[in-house]
Amino acid sequence: MEKLKSLWAFMENNRMKYVASMLLMGLSVGFSLMVPVIIQVLVDTFIGQIDPEHFLVASMVQRMGGTEWLRSNLWVGGVMIIIVTIIYGVLMFFANRLSAEASENIAKNMRDNLYNHIQHLDYDTHKNSDSGDLIQRATSDIDTVRRFLAVQFMEVGRAIFMVSIALYVMIQLSWKMTLAAMALTPVIFIFAFVFFLKAQTAFRLSDEAEAEMSTVIQENLSGTRVVRAFSREKYEIDKFKKKNREYTDKTYTLIKYLAYYWSISDFVAFTSIGLVLVSGVYFANLGEITLGGIIVFVQYEYRLLWPIRQMGRILSDLGKAMVAADRIQEIMDKPIEKVSEEEKCPPITGQIVFDNVSFSYPDDLNRKVLNQVSFQVERGQTIGVIGRTGSGKSSLIHLLGRLYDPTEGTILMDGVPIQSIQKKWLRQHIGIVLQEPFLYSKTIRDNINFSNNSSEKAIYEAAKTASIHDVIKSFDQGYDTLVGEKGVTLSGGQKQRLAIARTLINDYPILAFDDSLSAVDTETDIAIRKALSERRQGITSFIISHRVASVYESDWIMVIEDGKVVESGTHDELMEKKGYYHKIWDMQMQTIQALEA
Amino acid sequence: MSVHEFQEQEYSKKIDFKIWKKVFRYVFSYKKLVATLIFFMFSVALADAIFPQMTQRAIDDFIVPQQMDGIETFIFQFILLILWQATNIFIFIATAGKIEMNLAYDIREEAFLKLQKLSFSYYDRTPNGWIMARMTSDIRRLGEIISWGLVDIIWGLSLMVIIAVFMVIYNWQLALITLAVVPLLALISIYFQKKILEAYRQVRKINSKITGAFSEGISGAVTTKVLVGEEKHLQEFQSITGDMRRNSIRAITFSALFLPIVLTLSSVSMALVVWSGGNRVIAETLTYGTLVLFISYATQYFEPIREVARVIAELQQAQASAERVMSLVNEELDVFDSETVLEKYGTLLDPKRENWEPLEGHIDFKQVTFRYKNGETVLENFDLQVKAGESIALVGETGSGKSTIVNLICRFYEPTEGEICIDGSNYKDRSLSWLHENIGYVLQSPHLFSGTIEENIRFGKLDASMDEIIHAAKLVNAHDFIERFPLGYQTQVGEGGGKLSTGEKQLISFARAVIANPKIFVLDEATSSIDTETEKKIQDAISKVLKGRTSFVIAHRLSTIVNSDRILVIDKGEVIEEGTHDTLMSVKGHYYQLFTNQYKENKLRAMMSD
Repeated sequence: MEKLKSLWAFMENNRMKYVASMLLMGLSVGFSLMVPVIIQVLVDTFIGQIDPEHFLVASMVQRMGGTEWLRSNLWVGGVMIIIVTIIYGVLMFFANRLSAEASENIAKNMRDNLYNHIQHLDYDTHKNSDSGDLIQRATSDIDTVRRFLAVQFMEVGRAIFMVSIALYVMIQLSWKMTLAAMALTPVIFIFAFVFFLKAQTAFRLSDEAEAEMSTVIQENLSGTRVVRAFSREKYEIDKFKKKNREYTDKTYTLIKYLAYYWSISDFVAFTSIGLVLVSGVYFANLGEITLGGIIVFVQYEYRLLWPIRQMGRILSDLGKAMVAADRIQEIMDKPIEKVSEEEKCPPITGQIVFDNVSFSYPDDLNRKVLNQVSFQVERGQTIGVIGRTGSGKSSLIHLLGRLYDPTEGTILMDGVPIQSIQKKWLRQHIGIVLQEPFLYSKTIRDNINFSNNSSEKAIYEAAKTASIHDVIKSFDQGYDTLVGEKGVTLSGGQKQRLAIARTLINDYPILAFDDSLSAVDTETDIAIRKALSERRQGITSFIISHRVASVYESDWIMVIEDGKVVESGTHDELMEKKGYYHKIWDMQMQTIQALEA
Repeated sequence: MSVHEFQEQEYSKKIDFKIWKKVFRYVFSYKKLVATLIFFMFSVALADAIFPQMTQRAIDDFIVPQQMDGIETFIFQFILLILWQATNIFIFIATAGKIEMNLAYDIREEAFLKLQKLSFSYYDRTPNGWIMARMTSDIRRLGEIISWGLVDIIWGLSLMVIIAVFMVIYNWQLALITLAVVPLLALISIYFQKKILEAYRQVRKINSKITGAFSEGISGAVTTKVLVGEEKHLQEFQSITGDMRRNSIRAITFSALFLPIVLTLSSVSMALVVWSGGNRVIAETLTYGTLVLFISYATQYFEPIREVARVIAELQQAQASAERVMSLVNEELDVFDSETVLEKYGTLLDPKRENWEPLEGHIDFKQVTFRYKNGETVLENFDLQVKAGESIALVGETGSGKSTIVNLICRFYEPTEGEICIDGSNYKDRSLSWLHENIGYVLQSPHLFSGTIEENIRFGKLDASMDEIIHAAKLVNAHDFIERFPLGYQTQVGEGGGKLSTGEKQLISFARAVIANPKIFVLDEATSSIDTETEKKIQDAISKVLKGRTSFVIAHRLSTIVNSDRILVIDKGEVIEEGTHDTLMSVKGHYYQLFTNQYKENKLRAMMSD
């Protein structure tokens, strides 16, 4: 029931549309089932001159001019068939149209909400979730739910209306024949239900085999150079052939199962029709049913068998829709970044204080990534942070942008505790360049001019500062070149430089580079830092790096080791100390000194 | 410069028999299966047309005369009919499935073989995602449309013909009346099926946009946070989902419109039958049973028409798939072995190793010019001689032509003009496999295959023993960290090696190259950041690996450059300076500039702190 609840919740605002659509559907089914009844009256009363039993039919016949007149004007029956069919068709059209509107509205809401929710999930949640799985949920799970609401839900509704109305008419005609007609329908229904439940394994195996084969192709494509250089084409072909064969065989097994299913279920369905015919003969012989009545039975039987089979299949699939809805709900239940009423938007100028700040990741509270870090930064200063991979240096930046909040201690921005500042406001004042930059699959221009409010000149300038302008100009379409699969493939260093340009275009009072020049060659690194230092008068900046060369010019340098600030001071001071900084310096400069000798 | 704009070709709308002929080449190897399928589809249609006649017989023989003589025969025949149809259905589904899967298998295999032979200029201009789509969804679609399309067309056409024949036999006047609406029905069906497919195609296009947006929203989530772009992105996303809603509703509306129109048309046909047939029954020139039979046939006629119309529309859509797949399969190779070479040295799949000359490692570029297909010249009249065992460092900016030189040595590309000689003879006179088996290659961004660490190292030498693998790992300092994993060499590296760090991947890719024991070694050095310790290990590994081999390194690491026998400074496709580190430093030219620019400040600082 819990599961149905989330489905129900998704339907909000569109429930009335569904109700209306269902009602129209019921009416249209009613009209569609009238056609065989009209034929029955035509055959029995108009042609066969038997007086109709049902009082409604009798009064209709009377009103339309009586049996005799109708007998010589059979076209009236024909016209009725056409009129009823048109009404049926129009009702069905509106029913489908309404349900389409409802289900597409729901799908849109689900997609929009999910997208919005995903964007606002905690950084920690993002870091710890498998993006492939998230995408799977956001796309194919939503589609499963949508299909259920748009198609399967309506089909079940249709089948229920159809069975109820048909049963009513059939029982009116002859309850004994109804028994014969319906005798095998539970078998068909259960067979379909059980079959598709069991076949799910075969479907899954085929899907998995396809995924495995795709992985082999994918890896072969991305590793072509390796394959060629080692002359391993034959090895790859053999690997591929095996997977191709597996996929082919597993899918063929599935198709064979389906062949069994269709031939058996058709066998039962036709047997059911045979039962109607033979019992019809029998009861007609006893005078218990008219020829027209039998025609109704035969036509209804043909119409009922398909929806009943489908219903078995849909119900066996119902589990999938529930699971899909659940998996979507699971994301929606994950906490998003909190926004509190009390958070303010104070002026941020770049004066920062870390007071005894400790930080642990929520999933590993015992390990202190940062341990009682304290320091003070004045507006306009440049701070270099150096340390090994995993020393905790990146966490400093995460705390600055409130991607995480400290577990202990306080961070003050111009004297205001960071927790009382709105995240959005805060991030609008800190330009953070992440270690692994992400570029959007848009044009280079749109990537740099992310917030859409900069002039062409400003874009060029930012790109020049980040030493990427010339590279961009060398592309055929310059700044209009698309980034990503459909456009240009950029190197790691080019991506980093674009990300820097994207940050520089805004006038942030605080800049933070999280090892963001790591993939840039040393020469460009120097050029960028030079350009930056000209630009960043009055801007507080953090430069985090594993390269001493990138930080040594900073106003002061912090060396972080195991979450603690082990050394801090200017380059000269730190070299004096002959501590950790000195060691890294030596290690990195070794080669150069050797050359000098 | 690895910048190549990829333009998706536009495909024609008309049915192009040339393309389908190429596709049917594959179908031809399954003629027997296809013949079986055709036979059984006809059989299905025949049984489908006979079922209403059983109703007709029940009415005329038993119900109207109110007697039951001969009912046993009737029941027996009915059972036979059902058994026959059930058998038909089983066989046709199994056969169509077999054709579908085998076709897809064959095409996929041929395409994969092709992919192993296509030159890098193809890969440079074709995104992997494009090739993937051809290899998976397009080929699947081709298999589907050919086998199930055949099923529907044969069934549909046979059923229409069979029913028409039966009707004419029973009563030709009534047959004409019943079939009066068929031409109109056919036209409307074709029109709507086309519209419906087009609309759904649009929906699928938007759907892939949504997937793209989600994937970007997820992998770029942190960046978006930092840039405060959540609202902007939500707005962009909402405009795509809004598009989706509009187009989906449009597509559903088309299908929802189609059915009522067709039903109305067939009801007209039914009305005509009822009117004219009913009068004949009253006049006793037609039996009740036949009247009911004609009513059934009037409704039954619509389904095959719809199916045939759908297949025709789908064929037009699938043609795009066919064209794309065939363009991949028929792509011309630009780097391949000549007939004489194949004869002597064997093919890719069947190399004649016994005829291979041992490779020593002298490499000679003779007046080599290389141009991309778009005419852009990268190298012009380039000369270079490398002795066996010499180590060469290539230094220069991105786009200077360093990578091209390396790609030419590996024969990933071939010279547009001039020739490259290995051990004195043009390398085109030897086979690609001969060259590649003698080259070791380590990439800037190391690529591993899913599987264990052991399997990845063994990739370099397929028959390597475990000892050899461990030896190779030890040589490149990878053994220690591998042993630290609980599963050691049996650790799964994940897709693309995703479960390992960049440094670990690099060390494994060195081990893989070392175990192959190549004569020529090509290294495209990484620039990305690795912590200092791993960095040292890698440097150490490199120096061991290069020892005693002809090597080409696109170098970024100082130690690699300094230790090489010869440094080539490349600019705009030309060697502007060459020599050892010391000689180049003393010349005080470009290399000196490059070198000191990079390290001047560091050095000054280092001196000062002493």
